[in-house]
Amino acid sequence: MATTSSAPLPPKRNDGPAWMPSLLKDAFAAGVLAALLALPMLGFRLVDSAQGLSLDYRFSWVGIAFAAVFAGRLAISLARNAWDGRRRPMRERGTEESHGLRLRKLAGWLMVAAALLLPWTPIADRNLIDKATLLLIYVMLGWGLNVVVGLAGLLDLGYVAFYAVGAYSYALLSQNFGLSFWLCLPLAGAFAATFGMLLGFPVLRLRGDYLAIVTLGFGEIVRVVLLNWQVVTGGPNGLSGIQRPSFFGLPFLAAVPGKTTFHEFFGLPFSPDHRILFLYYLILILALATNLFTLRIRRLPIGRAWEALREDETACRSLGINPTKTKLSAFATGAMFAGFAGSFFATRQGFISPESFTFLESAIILAIVVLGGLGSQIGIVLSAFLLVGLPEWFRELQQYRMLAFGGAMVLIMLWRPRGLLSSREPTVRLGKTPKAPEPMPAGEGATP
Amino acid sequence: MTIAANPTPLLRVEHLTMRFGGLFAINDLSFAAKQQEITAIIGPNGAGKTTVFNCLTGFYKPSSGRLTLTAPDSDTPHLLERMDGFCITKDAKVARTFQNIRLFSGMSVLENLLVAQHNALMRASVYSLAGLLNLKSYRVKERQSIEKAKYWLEKIGLTAQADWSAGNLPYGSQRRLEIARAMCTDPVLLCLDEPAAGLNPKESLELNDLLLDIRREQRIGILLIEHDMSVVMNISDHIVVLDHGARIADGSPIEIRNDPAVIRAYLGADEDEDLPQEIATDIRHAAQREAR
Amino acid sequence: MEYFIQQLINGISLGAIYGLIAIGYTMVYGIIGMINFAHGEIYMIGAFVSLIGFLFMGVLGISYIPLALFLVLLMAMLFTAIYGWAIERIAYRPLRGSVKLAPLISAIGMSIVLQNYVQLTQGARVKPLQPIIQGGFELSGANADFHVRLSYLQIVIVLLTIALMSIFTYVITRTPLGRAQRATEQDMTMASLLGINVDRIISTTFVMGAALAAVAGLMVTLYYGVIDFYIGFIAGMKAFTAAVLGGIGSLPGAMLGGLLIGLIEAFWSGYFSIGYKDVAAFSILVLVLIFRPTGLLGKPEVEKV
Repeated sequence: MATTSSAPLPPKRNDGPAWMPSLLKDAFAAGVLAALLALPMLGFRLVDSAQGLSLDYRFSWVGIAFAAVFAGRLAISLARNAWDGRRRPMRERGTEESHGLRLRKLAGWLMVAAALLLPWTPIADRNLIDKATLLLIYVMLGWGLNVVVGLAGLLDLGYVAFYAVGAYSYALLSQNFGLSFWLCLPLAGAFAATFGMLLGFPVLRLRGDYLAIVTLGFGEIVRVVLLNWQVVTGGPNGLSGIQRPSFFGLPFLAAVPGKTTFHEFFGLPFSPDHRILFLYYLILILALATNLFTLRIRRLPIGRAWEALREDETACRSLGINPTKTKLSAFATGAMFAGFAGSFFATRQGFISPESFTFLESAIILAIVVLGGLGSQIGIVLSAFLLVGLPEWFRELQQYRMLAFGGAMVLIMLWRPRGLLSSREPTVRLGKTPKAPEPMPAGEGATP
Repeated sequence: MTIAANPTPLLRVEHLTMRFGGLFAINDLSFAAKQQEITAIIGPNGAGKTTVFNCLTGFYKPSSGRLTLTAPDSDTPHLLERMDGFCITKDAKVARTFQNIRLFSGMSVLENLLVAQHNALMRASVYSLAGLLNLKSYRVKERQSIEKAKYWLEKIGLTAQADWSAGNLPYGSQRRLEIARAMCTDPVLLCLDEPAAGLNPKESLELNDLLLDIRREQRIGILLIEHDMSVVMNISDHIVVLDHGARIADGSPIEIRNDPAVIRAYLGADEDEDLPQEIATDIRHAAQREAR
Repeated sequence: MEYFIQQLINGISLGAIYGLIAIGYTMVYGIIGMINFAHGEIYMIGAFVSLIGFLFMGVLGISYIPLALFLVLLMAMLFTAIYGWAIERIAYRPLRGSVKLAPLISAIGMSIVLQNYVQLTQGARVKPLQPIIQGGFELSGANADFHVRLSYLQIVIVLLTIALMSIFTYVITRTPLGRAQRATEQDMTMASLLGINVDRIISTTFVMGAALAAVAGLMVTLYYGVIDFYIGFIAGMKAFTAAVLGGIGSLPGAMLGGLLIGLIEAFWSGYFSIGYKDVAAFSILVLVLIFRPTGLLGKPEVEKV
């Protein structure tokens, strides 16, 4: 039933020589559609001027849109027609996965090694490490949300709210009570988790899509409160001068009166790069901890219950699993990781404002999880790289960045609706249990 | 047969009524099911059999009536109509299967059986802490539950498929796996909703053996909804016949076979064209025997 | 008292607009069970096409307002409907019957694309429009300081909404198209087995929803006089809230939900604080969902086991 073709299929080459005209017709229709879509938005342009709004015309652009789509569509159809014969068998083969899984494990270790060594490679500069740090924040958020969406199957469109709770908790705790980062980190996680529970308790009984809209609304509520609660959150101006991280009490500064700084303690010459490196390794450790936690908890009863709940809630209830409690624990766990990531974000930036916690962020994180292939840890790294890492390199094309981002989301979904890496590895295998497997009984009707 | 004759049956259903709007799906139904017995609930389509199950397992809250479950090794009865759905399995130890199979089809066969032992494993994992730290107490418990899963895999003949996705199993195996999964919750009462539906005659026979085996070795009560009379008549100790939400007969297979009310319910009703072929023939034979 | 009535009038006008957008959500959700995240953007495009249309009318020299209004309405509905159709064809149809989350992500992506497309082609700045329908009734009572303003525009909005709703209800309940739509909603497979062209029905649903969103876009352009590329997100979210509030899948529910959201917003900003008006709408939604999970007019869903 699932169609995976990336666009409505062009007519098949079934009636001999008639197929070329039918392809032309199809491409022409696509071109006309493009022209119609382009006409109001590209053909006309609203121009602000001193006298008010006026209209400008760019009808040539409509023509260009027609020509481009016509040519593109024709090329795709021809290419697809040519490949049609060769591609089919490839698709049917893709069931054998165990080989791919081993490969994936290897790739995981290679990625960890690469991440650890990155700062020491010749290509590393301040800019690169900064971008890698940002990428890792998204990887960590993706892994955190994966617990909620990928494992427990709860659609959360307001994940960024917990990220915000973490960030503001850290900022407020350190500013008002002078607590250190290392003390604030667990507190921020705990606050975010508590928030998750408070929100989850009333709404987790709802069906999937309602949950999505309520979490979306909750995300907006948090943002609106951050914007309006001036006294505490600083409103739209946000909070600045947030305490920067220290190396277990040793600040990364040139000199602090009456205190040993990081470079003094280790007898190194002062360099602002120390902090950048420290932040990079810090988020790497946090992200890897998230990953290890998820990998481990998947094999525990609670993790299996999450997955079972995603598969069939009714069956879960009939097995004595408390659905509310189980969902709540997934929600709180996911929120906790967002809280950790949030406090890291706050200490890295030194400044936070509601701007950083819009719905778009939630959408990006969700897209990372879904595009990666629900539940796949490495898939999340890949899609974070595609969606966040690559666009960072094209900062100069700022204007087109989000357009390309949205387009990529659509195209990847059309190309691989189950995500980049989607196969699931059982959490336990009979073959790997302590005792050797029993000799197999003659199972009736069990072999397909 | 009266209920009063038996002091503490495993399950006692008293005056159960379930209304949907103005419609009485079940009307003042009473019966009992004993430990180590297979009690079958039969009746024409729409008689309210599955509704009884849904009331028993907490999917519906009965409009009125009392459902009492008394486990053999305890004196405190559980009042099922007052419990939350999941507590009925967790605390009162009633497990069920579904008419349309509800396995966790994306998870492996073994995982399905481990999820069924969730509550026991959760206790051992101490809020997942012992599990996260991989303490010995948890590892021991985990190994035990895998052993238990293996025991059931062997019983249903799926050991070789343990690591398959449950959804990839053939239909008959899925049915058996669902029963094994319910058994992994350590029930005192197992409710099976049409376990033989869609099975071929050979698989039906195997199912009979499995159920008899469960009754003999696990010493639990089984409540069975079934249309396949070859299953019902062969393995039931006790049959309750429902029609239009009310009990019309209650007794041993032989008594039921010869009960005129049952014959009327199946043959005399207008909708007898809808009857499955086997039931119709079965009852016709019964009617002929009676006539002789 | 007068203040109350004034807020009531404002709330109803606003609610009519939300209701029109909500219908698009509710119909699409009812028929294919997905949240059409890009629907807010469709409405935004409707608003832009209307604005361009008005300026174009000026260029053409059509100054008779009812005619201009009618032509712009047609134009907005037509072009926006094409957008609605194209989105379904490109981004949703290939994913039908696929993993549940796939169309949602595709829709979010589409929404980002449309937002940025309009921002790129029309610029990010807020676009103002001269008021086109001016004037209104001053209702004053016996008491001298009793003043309530009911503008012609508000009357037009409410009348147009009622008219569209009536046509719509007729189409859904009385015509073969409506019957096919309802059948598809109940059971897509069975409908297609009975010879209903399901793809076409779904496309039609998107087209209808988009056309209504275009009307809402036109109204907002006239009502507020300013639009920008970002209006789709907030309005879309509130309209979806309205659809859920009213009971998703139900047309009268969408209208009722829209009215309620409009009223809550108007009264909240009238009596409490403007800053928290979105919080009020969402809090009501959460409350309704907790106590009546299927919305106000939604049919309760009996779980089949």
